[in-house]
Amino acid sequence: MGRLFKNLVDLYKYRVLIQNLVSRELKARYRGTVLGFFWSFFNPLLLLIVYTVVFGFIIMPRDPSFESSPWMYALFLFCGLLPWQVWFVASSLESANVLIIQGNLIKKILFPVEILPVVVVASNFVHFLFGLPILLIFVPILGGHYTPYLLLLPVVILVQFVFTLGFSFFVSSLTVHFRDIKDILANLLTFWFFATPIIYPMTFHTVEKSSLLKTLLNLNPMTHIMQGYQYCIFYGELFRWKRLGITLILSLVLLFVGYLIFDRLRDSFPEEV
Amino acid sequence: MVAIDVDHVTRIYQKYSAQHRFKTFKSAIVKGNFFKSLRPDELVSALDNVSFKVEKGITFGVIGENGSGKSTLLKVITGIAKPTSGSVSVEGKISALIELGAGFHPEISGRENIFINGIMLGLSKKEITEKFDAIVRFAELEEFIDAPVKTYSSGMHMRLGFSIAINVNPDVLLIDEVLAVGDASFVPKCLDRIDDFRRRKKTILFVSHDLSTVEKICDRVIWLKHGKIQTMGEPKRVVDAYLQDIAEKQEEEFERRQQEVDKEESFEEERRENRWGKREIEIKKVRLKDMEGQEKHVYSPDEGMVIEMDISAYSQIKDFVFGIGIFNPKGICCYGTNTQLEEFAAQSIEGEGRVVCRIEKIGLINGTYYLDVAVHKKDGYPYDYHRNLDSFLVSSPRKDVGISRPEHSWEFSSGIKIKKTR
Repeated sequence: MGRLFKNLVDLYKYRVLIQNLVSRELKARYRGTVLGFFWSFFNPLLLLIVYTVVFGFIIMPRDPSFESSPWMYALFLFCGLLPWQVWFVASSLESANVLIIQGNLIKKILFPVEILPVVVVASNFVHFLFGLPILLIFVPILGGHYTPYLLLLPVVILVQFVFTLGFSFFVSSLTVHFRDIKDILANLLTFWFFATPIIYPMTFHTVEKSSLLKTLLNLNPMTHIMQGYQYCIFYGELFRWKRLGITLILSLVLLFVGYLIFDRLRDSFPEEV
Repeated sequence: MVAIDVDHVTRIYQKYSAQHRFKTFKSAIVKGNFFKSLRPDELVSALDNVSFKVEKGITFGVIGENGSGKSTLLKVITGIAKPTSGSVSVEGKISALIELGAGFHPEISGRENIFINGIMLGLSKKEITEKFDAIVRFAELEEFIDAPVKTYSSGMHMRLGFSIAINVNPDVLLIDEVLAVGDASFVPKCLDRIDDFRRRKKTILFVSHDLSTVEKICDRVIWLKHGKIQTMGEPKRVVDAYLQDIAEKQEEEFERRQQEVDKEESFEEERRENRWGKREIEIKKVRLKDMEGQEKHVYSPDEGMVIEMDISAYSQIKDFVFGIGIFNPKGICCYGTNTQLEEFAAQSIEGEGRVVCRIEKIGLINGTYYLDVAVHKKDGYPYDYHRNLDSFLVSSPRKDVGISRPEHSWEFSSGIKIKKTR
């Protein structure tokens, strides 16, 4: 326990290194592309266009909360899609690989391994931050309104940060021993995506009718995080702060357990990656 | 003052088989006991109860064969690997020239990599900025420093890595066989820098297979064998003991190979290619021995060698010459002689006999040699001629070149300051 705490303090000590590695990741990612950093803006935009066309215009969900407007639906979609896809999924998939890809660092030099998942989550967080203005610009264009509740967005972001980090610790350390997790994870994330109210609202008629479905969705911590975004941006209301609070506690537990497992397996990394 | 204290360190590596992995995955899921079922099924101890102390300011060498635990020892000292039992303590800042440029990112420039690598090695941004020019200059990369590292040649990569690591200005420097990749102008520069460290009384731990360098620069040496300390102490003594051990091993290896060759070549066809003559006189067996009469195939250049031939003549013969020839792998005759050239006049031979040629000092350089033996008439008509009958190895830490090694010594007038290191 003492060691765990010491390691967390160390993590703060390494902030300069984390900072540099994150900026290295960002620089390296678009190196050699014509549009460079603009991809951080274009990617979410293209994502939005694809989902709007498919779900807004082809599938056309009828739900009172969108006033049956595909544009409003696009806005709703974007609220969940951006943090989910750009941040959470990207971080999870990358952290499944990060220890193995950066094996050189682990094996050959004395390197604080735990910063690798942190760097993954942080650099994808930056990508998410680049996409956020696009989302916010589109709020009035697609028919939404800015409300003061927008200012609560950092709270939701914090909860997602803790959750994503905990999940990344968990995934990255276990993948070293069980490489199968990489493939399981890709499928799991697709399932999880549909098991979270991102492309449909909690008020969707089929969800509304089934209490079982509702309970199951409420048991998914990502539900509350995604709803947090939707409340702040789309609905312009106060988020369900009790549920989000419980999610935060849960996320902290996940972070703790994830880090504990990571720490227990740490010594085996140099020989396993 | 002790700079590095390695106290009863044991390091056990775990091997997991694929089958085991599946089982653990299954049981981890089914029973939920992650840590218990992550137990390995085979243990390999890379270091076995190793203890030594390195005093501040000395250069400490580690030698040993591949897989003897040298690299594991360095990893344990740097802290990359944890000892399974025992403890290691290091006084002062440590820098390891183990895997140079291990943390480089190929897509970004050398400049950015210097900063990130420097931070990984424990420098602050300010320190790196100060040392930046020195690092680039030492690596001779002024022109390329803004190009992405992926465009560097492996030599450039290594130079940059070395330059960063050495500019960290550590109190303890660990060097693991890194000089092997540098080119002819960079290696002396690195050695200079290492010398500079020694003069400044920094502690160096030097792992190398280059025994002459180890002898030259180290104050103390340990020899690791199968993860245990075999000998520790004065460089020359340890290196000699190590060489002795290697020679014995080579000897075994040689004999094993020889036996295999014998088995393969028992076919009469192949035999005939390397042997000709009607065998009126036959060379039945040839043995290589050292001066003490011990059969041997690995020699040092200063050692003597005895070639013994068992001879059998089936009738009384009056015209005969015995000869030997030593060839290197390129087929160049390093030495050849026979009884006629050495002015023996043959009189008669009949029945069994033995011919012994004593070479007081082999005087050849490092390498494998092949032996030809023959008995023939004075006009060259062969009775029995064996080509490449046997081979032997000359093994020496010196790296002199040529074919043979004439006995020699050096003398210098008093104005020339020069010192023998071995």
